[in-house]
Amino acid sequence: MKLEQCIELAHGAGGKSSRRLIEQVILAECRNPLLEPLADAAIIEWDKTRYALTTDSYVVSPLAFPGGSIGELAVNGTVNDLAVSGAKPLVILSSWILEAGLSMEVFQREVKAMARAAKAASVIIAGGDTKVVEHGKGDGLYITTTGYGLVEPGVNLGPHRVEVGDKILLSGPIGDHGITVLLARGEIELEATLKTDSRPLWPMIEPMIRLEPSAIKWMRDPTRGGLASVLNELAHDIGFGVMIEEELIPIRQEVRGACEILGLDPLHIASEGQFVAVVDQKKAVDFQKLLNDIPGGEEARIIGVISDKPSGKVVTLSAYGGSRMVDMLVGDPLPRIC
Amino acid sequence: MQYVDEFRDSRLIKKTIETIQQLADPTVHYRIMEVCGGHTFSIYRFGLHALIPSNVELIHGPGCPVCVLPMGRIDEGLRIAEDPKVILTAFGDMMRVPGQTDSPLVLKAKGRDIRMVYSPLDSLKLAKEHPKKEVVFFAIGFETTAPATALTLLKAQEWGIKNFSVFCNHVLILPAIRAILDSPDLRLDGFIGPGHVSTVIGCRPYAFVAQNYKKPIVISGFEPLDILESILRILRQLKEKKSEVENQYGRVVPWEGNRTALKLLERVFELRSYFEWRGLGFIAQSALKIKKEFSYWDAELRFGTQGITLTDPKAAQCGEVLKGVLKPYQCKLFGRSCNPEHPVGALMVSSEGACAAYFHHVYQKTEL
Repeated sequence: MKLEQCIELAHGAGGKSSRRLIEQVILAECRNPLLEPLADAAIIEWDKTRYALTTDSYVVSPLAFPGGSIGELAVNGTVNDLAVSGAKPLVILSSWILEAGLSMEVFQREVKAMARAAKAASVIIAGGDTKVVEHGKGDGLYITTTGYGLVEPGVNLGPHRVEVGDKILLSGPIGDHGITVLLARGEIELEATLKTDSRPLWPMIEPMIRLEPSAIKWMRDPTRGGLASVLNELAHDIGFGVMIEEELIPIRQEVRGACEILGLDPLHIASEGQFVAVVDQKKAVDFQKLLNDIPGGEEARIIGVISDKPSGKVVTLSAYGGSRMVDMLVGDPLPRIC
Repeated sequence: MQYVDEFRDSRLIKKTIETIQQLADPTVHYRIMEVCGGHTFSIYRFGLHALIPSNVELIHGPGCPVCVLPMGRIDEGLRIAEDPKVILTAFGDMMRVPGQTDSPLVLKAKGRDIRMVYSPLDSLKLAKEHPKKEVVFFAIGFETTAPATALTLLKAQEWGIKNFSVFCNHVLILPAIRAILDSPDLRLDGFIGPGHVSTVIGCRPYAFVAQNYKKPIVISGFEPLDILESILRILRQLKEKKSEVENQYGRVVPWEGNRTALKLLERVFELRSYFEWRGLGFIAQSALKIKKEFSYWDAELRFGTQGITLTDPKAAQCGEVLKGVLKPYQCKLFGRSCNPEHPVGALMVSSEGACAAYFHHVYQKTEL
């Protein structure tokens, strides 16, 4: 499909437009074997050790929201991209773009939040940069973090490993972060006792790798664009069907309610503390039980299966026999959330 | 979740489908129109079309306000937004509707101040916050959203807010249903009546459908069980050779409608002598105009609209799909040059548009 004439907000929403921007502009110009898989992190092998390298920018508005803030998100988002690549996060670099006029108190608060999150995720902040732009040319502050980690031995992830019959495992309820930030903007007069689910995922993924690394075939964190977008990318990459059972997907009442009222699909709403994995069917129940015993993993569930048809599509099934295709997010119905 | 889960109960859904199967005469091809885009969305969202017998065909009606808005009106609204003094506000669905060259979203990306609001009253708040700007609300919708626009106009008058106006595109559902019933190329057996509109207008105004045109009409809710029960009730009426107005959505829709809302409409709006509908053409007395008393806040007068009429791209067959003559996938552009990211016709824009609902949720053409 043809590229748009100018950059639109949809290009940053993690859906179809984002994918096109990356494939048709960035990949087209910068193609190389490390970039080509368009994975969450680049895996660099050197001297029989595999390193994972990733980077992410944070432009969330508002800067603070129930349960978290941009400084914390900038750590968790990046370490999680390493974690779902099967890598233990080690080091973070952080770059700050600050808008003149930003209160020093807010800056200090966010640096503190970043330090706290780094400690919780067992990573160190080894470097970074600060730049200041004129007042009115930024949104308070933006952060870019780069993360570096070590891929665990035995881990082999990628769409090429996924087979028909593999199970889809989700770590917990989806959409908390997206709805929390949406409501925190105060543009919609809805209130809910909901907070972001932003948290480091390595404490949940590491035990899975310890149990049996080869049985984990593919992992992603459903951030921008939600579960629907990552599963569509999976379906696209493997060429098989992704069948999920709607009733099995954990979604909090507050998220469901807000989505019903606002006309949003929870499958399109971002999480910042969940991951979805494709695992060997023989090990799926073991993985689920393992996660259920870890604090924060109680609601982990097998939500679906890889099927041979419909090829390249994500389909949900309902208990009464209805089915529908789940498409990637189109456009950007939401304000910036990460 | 209360009021949702009960109406998605698998056991009851299965049972209702069984009853529908028993009621539907296999030798008859039933054509039932769901008037409202919200129903179209639910039907595809929950896969209901694939669960009912194949001889019960659902035809998607004109009840999606974004879809029936002609391109000329969109361009008029966008022309207003070209003025650097203007903040144009619109419901989210409007943001991606293509005009002849741009959609509101593209114009916004190019630097125009276009904002999404959830309530027209939010536009009034914006006007207060930006006294040097002109805030214009791009009002669309049937009787469902019109009372909120009316209330906003009353508040603007009461609070003396001068830098606010409404670009009024409110339309009425009954003239559209009548136009469809009078359309020669369409044979329908019954209607799933609009739910939200009816919370305002009630059930009584649909009497002409049952009495003059002898078609059953069942006002329906939006959950799977609501829609299935409405189909069941229509089939039952057909079997008993009846044509009545029934209210399946009694938990929300009062038979007499919402008097307060109706009074608001009467206070603020009058009928336009005619209005253009996308796909249906010009329909007499089918839309609302802001009354003289509130003309100060009428964006058409403040900005001098020109009455632009634009024809849809020739290859797009929105009109045929809107009238149910064609299925979405039978349009030559469907899924090719017309898709939800780059909609050519408006039916592909709104999630309630038949084409977008079909594109997003249905993965096998044969399911219809």
